[in-house]
Amino acid sequence: MTTPITTIFQLNGQTLKLTASPDTPLLWAIRDVAKLTGTKFGCGIGLCGACTVHLGRRAVRSCITPLSAVAGAQVTTIEGLSVNGQHPLQKAWVQTQAPQCGYCQSGQIMQAAALIRRFPNPTDDDIDSVMNGNLCRCMAYVRIRQAIKIAAAEVQGVASHA
Amino acid sequence: MSGTLLKRLSFAVVLLLLAGCVGLGWRSAVAPIDPPVAGSFAPPMVALGAQLAAAGNCAGCHTTAGAPAWGGGLGLETGFGLVYSTNISPDPETGIGNWSEAAFARAMHEGVARDGSHLLPAFPYTHFTKLTDQDVEALYAFLMSRPAVSAPEHKNTIRFPFNVRALQAGWKLLYFDGGVYQPVAAKGEQWNRGAYLAEGLTHCAACHTPRNRFGAEEKNAAYAGAPFEGWSAPPLNGTNPAPMPWTQKDTFDYLRNGQSESHGAAAGPMALVVHSGLAMLPDADVQALAVYFADTNASAARAPAAAAALLVANSRRLVDAGRETEPGANLYLSACASCHYSPAATPSSVQGGLALSTSITSDDPGNFIQTVMQGVGGAGLPGPYMPGFAAALTDRDIVLLASYLRSTRSDQPPWANLPAAIAARRPPTTPAP
Repeated sequence: MTTPITTIFQLNGQTLKLTASPDTPLLWAIRDVAKLTGTKFGCGIGLCGACTVHLGRRAVRSCITPLSAVAGAQVTTIEGLSVNGQHPLQKAWVQTQAPQCGYCQSGQIMQAAALIRRFPNPTDDDIDSVMNGNLCRCMAYVRIRQAIKIAAAEVQGVASHA
Repeated sequence: MSGTLLKRLSFAVVLLLLAGCVGLGWRSAVAPIDPPVAGSFAPPMVALGAQLAAAGNCAGCHTTAGAPAWGGGLGLETGFGLVYSTNISPDPETGIGNWSEAAFARAMHEGVARDGSHLLPAFPYTHFTKLTDQDVEALYAFLMSRPAVSAPEHKNTIRFPFNVRALQAGWKLLYFDGGVYQPVAAKGEQWNRGAYLAEGLTHCAACHTPRNRFGAEEKNAAYAGAPFEGWSAPPLNGTNPAPMPWTQKDTFDYLRNGQSESHGAAAGPMALVVHSGLAMLPDADVQALAVYFADTNASAARAPAAAAALLVANSRRLVDAGRETEPGANLYLSACASCHYSPAATPSSVQGGLALSTSITSDDPGNFIQTVMQGVGGAGLPGPYMPGFAAALTDRDIVLLASYLRSTRSDQPPWANLPAAIAARRPPTTPAP
């Protein structure tokens, strides 16, 4: 715990200003200050992926990302991925009925959103490697992989018809 | 200490003493002046000085975090004891307020304080001696226009006999080549500009060249790499262990943006050099540094092997398949792969593949361990970001991860003594989970 400082960053397009120790995890600011509870606490040590959000365009684990790393940055959570919940991944999630208990899904979707930006046509290897750090205790991996492929295809289709 | 080493050390001390007597143990003082009025300097000179002071990372030593700028007081472990940086604000009592420009120029060019005493080589006058008079004048104009900070000197803890200032004259006779940078006629203008900056202002060798037992840079091992504050400053000569050569483009990308897609990101002390220091220099100067180092590291000679090296690195992308239950592979896949998995035929800075990482091919595991524990960037720095895992991974986890990646991402032999190397770098404020 170090001296509290004021940190300002953009959270889903809104300015969030808070005064806290610079080593406070970003996840605390998201859940406890901004009251956006879609992002989940899982392991707290960056090894399960439940707390994944975007910092800029990168997927990061918000439980081990300190406030000092996000000053001035754009942070996006599951609530900000799409204004109406209609991101291609969200639609594919519904279509494939991917989640069971649902606890990991916001982290899975945020990681997958970064994945399909980086790999527009992801192979099974790409998906397995990049998504490996997002654990699903219900073992929905097969449907998650399927949903990612459906969403990637939709994004590609939209892009090619644009 | 062994008898032979003691004998050799005593011999060298006698040599230094003799040299100190032969040399001038104390130089004449430069008359004090009334502190110049801050507004008396031409704004363009002050602006140039600001840029040079940033690129030279003066604040890295002369400003203590949380204290007023330029007040000094930062302790540097030199191997001979702690040296505290001095107050270089224009305070007449505790800073350099009564130093004339001539006194300041003598300190920069010859390592002598206004009162005539020799400065310790922790202050890199061995490099600043190469600065042009105009650049020294600009630095003086900048520093003398800062707010005066009253911050008394901290006593150094340098051991006898190294604390005898007169002996520094002997040290200088042995190890100091003074004089403004002289361009090398056979090289181009850009190369010479890069060399001027690197050898002088940015004093790259101060960290990247190993030092002898008297703290002098080993001239015959220029840029051979050296440990620094638990990190290692990698070789900038032909012995650099990176799988891909550091071309001019890679070096420019790294020094300008803090990341080269075929090598990795600037972390630790170097992140500050890039983002708070060199960031103030114009592109042309950073390009000049890149030209100079792409030459000193013999990247042209390594270029023909680059394509093969990239193929080898890419061939390592699926080494994890089928090994998921091994603890090291499991840690890599859980904690690292979501960002570091890199299947692309061309390297990417978005997904930095670890098979191209200098930290993993390096003989010294220090940079790998520090990066895993402390991460990259953050703390308000622009450039790439990676969270630190010090509070997430135990020493044993990091041993497993380091061993796994060293064996799967390089052809190098395993790192020795990993547990000790990791324990020594564990931040006291962040106990293992």
